[in-house]
Amino acid sequence: MKRRKVDVSAVPAKVAGGLDDRFQAATPLRNILNKVFPDHWSFLLGEIALFSFIVLLLTGTFLTFFYEPSLTTVTYDGSYAPLRGTHMSAAYASSLDLSFDVRGGLIMRQMHHWAALTFMSAIVVHMFRIFFTGAFRKPRETNWIIGSLLFWIGFLAGFTGYSLPDDALSGTGLRIASAIMLSIPVIGSWVTTSIFDGEFPGHVIMGRFYIAHVLLIPGALLALISVHLGLVFKQKHTQWPGPGRTEHNVVGERFVPRYTIKQGGFFMIVFGVIALMGGLFQINPIWLFGPYEAYTVSAASQPDWYVMFLDGSTRLFPAWEIRFDLWGWGDGYTIPPIFWPTVVLPGILTMLPMAYPFIEARLTKDHRAHNLLQRPRDVPARTALGAMAIAFWLVLTLSGGNDVIADQFHISLNAMTWAGRIGLLIAPPLAYYVTYRICLGLQQHDREVLAHGVETGIIRRLPDGRFMEVHQPLAPVDEHGHGSLDYAGWVVPKKMNRLGALGPAIRGFFFPIEKPSEAPVSPGHPPVSAAPSAEREEITK
Amino acid sequence: MTSDTPGGLLARLRRRRSQPRSRVRRRLGTVVRLTIALTLAGGVYTVFAPGLSADDTPQLSTAAQEGKALFDESCISCHGRNAQGVEGRGPSLIGVGAAAVEFQVSTGRMPMARQEAQAPRKPAMFNDDQTRQLAQYIQELGGGPQIPDGDLRAPEGDDEAIARGGNLFRINCSSCHAFGGGGGALSSGKYAPDLKEATDRQLYAAMLTGPQNMPVFGDNQLTPEQKKEIISYVQEALKQDKDPGGWGLGRFGPVTEGLAIFLVGIVALVFAALWIAGKS
Repeated sequence: MKRRKVDVSAVPAKVAGGLDDRFQAATPLRNILNKVFPDHWSFLLGEIALFSFIVLLLTGTFLTFFYEPSLTTVTYDGSYAPLRGTHMSAAYASSLDLSFDVRGGLIMRQMHHWAALTFMSAIVVHMFRIFFTGAFRKPRETNWIIGSLLFWIGFLAGFTGYSLPDDALSGTGLRIASAIMLSIPVIGSWVTTSIFDGEFPGHVIMGRFYIAHVLLIPGALLALISVHLGLVFKQKHTQWPGPGRTEHNVVGERFVPRYTIKQGGFFMIVFGVIALMGGLFQINPIWLFGPYEAYTVSAASQPDWYVMFLDGSTRLFPAWEIRFDLWGWGDGYTIPPIFWPTVVLPGILTMLPMAYPFIEARLTKDHRAHNLLQRPRDVPARTALGAMAIAFWLVLTLSGGNDVIADQFHISLNAMTWAGRIGLLIAPPLAYYVTYRICLGLQQHDREVLAHGVETGIIRRLPDGRFMEVHQPLAPVDEHGHGSLDYAGWVVPKKMNRLGALGPAIRGFFFPIEKPSEAPVSPGHPPVSAAPSAEREEITK
Repeated sequence: MTSDTPGGLLARLRRRRSQPRSRVRRRLGTVVRLTIALTLAGGVYTVFAPGLSADDTPQLSTAAQEGKALFDESCISCHGRNAQGVEGRGPSLIGVGAAAVEFQVSTGRMPMARQEAQAPRKPAMFNDDQTRQLAQYIQELGGGPQIPDGDLRAPEGDDEAIARGGNLFRINCSSCHAFGGGGGALSSGKYAPDLKEATDRQLYAAMLTGPQNMPVFGDNQLTPEQKKEIISYVQEALKQDKDPGGWGLGRFGPVTEGLAIFLVGIVALVFAALWIAGKS
């Protein structure tokens, strides 16, 4: 009987051929695999958010195996001695068990929290990149809006997750949230009672927040992230201007294999950094906060950093209470001061960024599609507006932690509050002005190099005794000695080694991995060398 | 009975009184009666009055006399002669008790370097003996709360004492000193200090006397047992327990956590992005 031989090298092709026969996947897959992505370090910032979201899903799933979303009172009897015998909610007790009695539970909880902070900060940093390079312009306004929504849904995910352990800190936060909801005119009390099923805290809030935190919000995030990435695929990634790059092409690397390999490596790095932080830095030590009781509140009770700007706006806002007596009918009506900094302000901060692409298009009358990015210096007004927004947010966020700053740096808390109030009015316009001037200065320097050339470091003395530096023009010059190159929207070489006139810049991150090239010697001058010391005579008299 | 009734002792007496006595006799009688009344009152007073040997300079024990010498040298400029206080500079110390003196002096808060929102903790100027002498002087001068002798921790073997102390700490102390005992800001430059360096006696004295801006937790608010449980929690759980989750980031809560994610996490990942992009 003849033994049948299996040709191993032919197996992948046969399997793939068989799959294609059945699913007709080759043509669409080829499109995807051959997709070209432009390469720049700043294009990887959004990936940090994507990868930390994956870490969030993995660690969060682990946590659900042990967490119990219940406000039933139990008596703690776990291994953390300083709380043994204390009455607490089952939610808090299970969070403590998760931290102290489940193997690997604490690092999982800490990784989950650090991954959440990474997710939110990566979203913000990615958003800065999109904003300052003008990547939100037509046709990508939709993706900009989805990105803004991702931030706010991530904000909700963070807040619900922060509340779940039911420790004293999260309970304080939840109480503030209920106060914020109550402050909304007319519908406030209805909103609050429907969310808490009656008075705060009620008995159902943990169950509701739990299902929101593990199903509804991650589902919404997942859906929006899919659309976000799908749109990047469909509309193609933006690219920086450069040789061979136009509005109508994409220059970069294929999705498979190089881009995927790099992304896989980057995912491992993100995972590694989050795991390191989860193992090295303690985050949210719920066992120190204790169980939530209405009468328990700690100094320095802050929300996570991405909510801190709302805490800051509340601390800075004056106590302006608006009273209507309704012509003597009933008890009148009061709008509490907390309504303005915690409902109206975030409302504006949600809507304004989403509308920004359209506002800018309307003001600049630029309704064309753009696939090439802009350098921040080339659009000083937008860059300055962005700096203004960052300054506004930074003052609010710092004010959210102003008691810690006041305590640690021995500043009066009242002075911090007033500094925040004045800073909130002064810092944004100042940031606008300074950024605008810096942008103009950078533009001017680019133009100067294009007109006069690169500084060579060679100083020439003119016959009349003046000194001047020799400039190397980048291109043939006209009769005035001015370069003929136009600005191309990309980096202008400003050093001789960029032009190849010197050796390349010395490579290496912390120490040089190559020898520095020898300095060139001016022709016509013999190199000066030190005379041997033996021939030198010492003058003794 | 009417005044017209003749005869009888009463009538005779009335008749005699109605006659004018000589002026000298009248004066003399007044002086005698007054002297008798005064002697009687003074005698009764000397028998029943508390300060039989009341004196401007009370009899101080040796330790208190040493303390008075130290007081007259270092404290008198603000707290005045006999610790009666100086308007606008320092309060009267009558009745603050030895506990307050021991707290303020052993933590270096007194003597103050300058008048400011709150006296900060600094190296103590007096050693233990001198502190005790000062405390003894103020105690003998005006009385007041004293730190009990002996162990100021909850009894050994009471497993739930620390848990009860923790609960009391979170109710009474953490609103100013924060959940980790690291302290926090109060208004106008005042603050609740870090508890890191506080000893058992200092913690007890602080609760008993309410130094600086701290409220007094008298024995009717926190019993001595409860005070000892709080001390046990602070010294044995808050300070001794190593942070199980790694470096505690100063136990400031989300403020330093937010700082860490940007300074460590995002910086590391941006460098990783630069590195990966640089490799292509």
